[in-house]
Amino acid sequence: MSDFLLTYQSLFAFVGINALLALSIYATLSCGQLSLANAGFMAIGAYAAVLITQRAHLPLSLALAASMALPALVAVPLGLPVLRLRGVFLAIATIGFGEVVRLFLVNWSLTNGALGIVGIPQLTRPWMIWVSLALALYVLARVQGSRAGYALEAIREDETAARTMGIDTAAYKLAMLSFGAALAGLAGGLEAHLTYMLSPGAYGFGRVVEMLVQAVVGGSAVFFGPVIGAAFLTVLPEALREVGRHVGLGPGAFRLLLNGAVLLVVILFLPDGLASLLRRRRR
Amino acid sequence: MTLALTSVSRSFGGVRAVDDVSFSVERGEVHGLIGPNGAGKTTLLNLISGLLQPTSGRLELDGRRLDGLPPHRIAALGVTRTYQNIRLFAGLTSQGNVVVGLHLRRRAPLWRRLMLLPAARAEERDTLARARAGLVRVGLGERALERAADLSYGEQRRVEIARALGSDPRVLLLDEPTAGMNAPEARSVATLVRELAREGRAVVLIEHNVPLVMEVCDRITVVSFGKVIARGTPSEIARDPAVIAAYLGDAP
Repeated sequence: MSDFLLTYQSLFAFVGINALLALSIYATLSCGQLSLANAGFMAIGAYAAVLITQRAHLPLSLALAASMALPALVAVPLGLPVLRLRGVFLAIATIGFGEVVRLFLVNWSLTNGALGIVGIPQLTRPWMIWVSLALALYVLARVQGSRAGYALEAIREDETAARTMGIDTAAYKLAMLSFGAALAGLAGGLEAHLTYMLSPGAYGFGRVVEMLVQAVVGGSAVFFGPVIGAAFLTVLPEALREVGRHVGLGPGAFRLLLNGAVLLVVILFLPDGLASLLRRRRR
Repeated sequence: MTLALTSVSRSFGGVRAVDDVSFSVERGEVHGLIGPNGAGKTTLLNLISGLLQPTSGRLELDGRRLDGLPPHRIAALGVTRTYQNIRLFAGLTSQGNVVVGLHLRRRAPLWRRLMLLPAARAEERDTLARARAGLVRVGLGERALERAADLSYGEQRRVEIARALGSDPRVLLLDEPTAGMNAPEARSVATLVRELAREGRAVVLIEHNVPLVMEVCDRITVVSFGKVIARGTPSEIARDPAVIAAYLGDAP
């Protein structure tokens, strides 16, 4: 058993990090907003954390705090204008933000531009990931059924009606964008101190699509759905690695193929995601 | 005086949907807003509730300007509404819808819930009880846990009224609350509207059911093509030649 855990330790770590990322997308989806800025927030968190530990030589705890706080702060001036947009327009504007962050990092000499930073010590311990995930889930679970929880559901169902019930929809949407940004940034900070290196290429459009696919596959109607999706889509390609080798696909391409296939199957047959399987059985 | 509109106009491109409309609604008054389809009645409600801003004119609640404020601020000042084309939160239960309506009255900071404090639990129980009482008031006590989308048309309209009452509004705007209801249901809504006025609320009622309007309203404002064409008590309105012309066409 302990051999098993040791062998797959890094896989489990990535399950946790991907779960945090999928939850960061869920944060805005829970009030009906499709924001795709989270790869950008993740990059801000990752770079902030690494600059603090590697350039300023300060402790990891401080770095992780900054990796949450900085993206959460950046989300406010971003959110004020873009959250006025709806649906696909919001998605496009936030994709734009992600690209701006990436291009900025590609050209920033302090962080070695496109080459990124290498040789980062592995400071992240598995428990840090699990504690972060547990805290995030706890907050989201307690929001369910609270005054804020009802307000978020109302905004998702009918924003106009919510406004005339006295709900400050702009403030709630901004708060969730900021909360999601903090989660994505934290995941970035944790991941950067796990993978020894950091480069702007890891935070492109593909990354945020991956988060979104995991959230949707798991189910964005319930707060734990994105965690299920992240776990499933992180473990599945590893479990089927041999299959991929037989069909002659590299691990990267094979993973994308699986992601797409699983997404298609889920959208067609389980529109509320894998989480709806649990619920159906419970009834 | 509670709610006052002074020379309110609203144009959409070249169309003056609301043209120089003035009227006021007192506490305890049911004020009917009638007129042919497309007269601008719903636009007026959208202006009062802040979903639209007037092109010119002023809206006041107890002397406080409403125009320029966002909808949630106007709701906080005590103005809530229902919708002609029902806008319930379809995925929530009817009780959940009323809980959202209670938003402005709840004092429930999230940190208290995160700390698992008993005060948070008590507040939630209290909120659910109030929501249930609101549903009982509109005769839907037994359907509290059903999804709003699964209710009949008339029941959905009543949930909307309960939701709008959740914040204990001073002014209630009802947009065709009895549309699609059978006669007994419409009767019970009429009774409820009178009761709400007796509590000291001002009610603005858009309604096509003319006998009901005549019975329930204290005063009526008739609009046609965005303009006020008549105002007065129900009996005055029933005799007004301009109203008869607007509804039935001019005599040849």
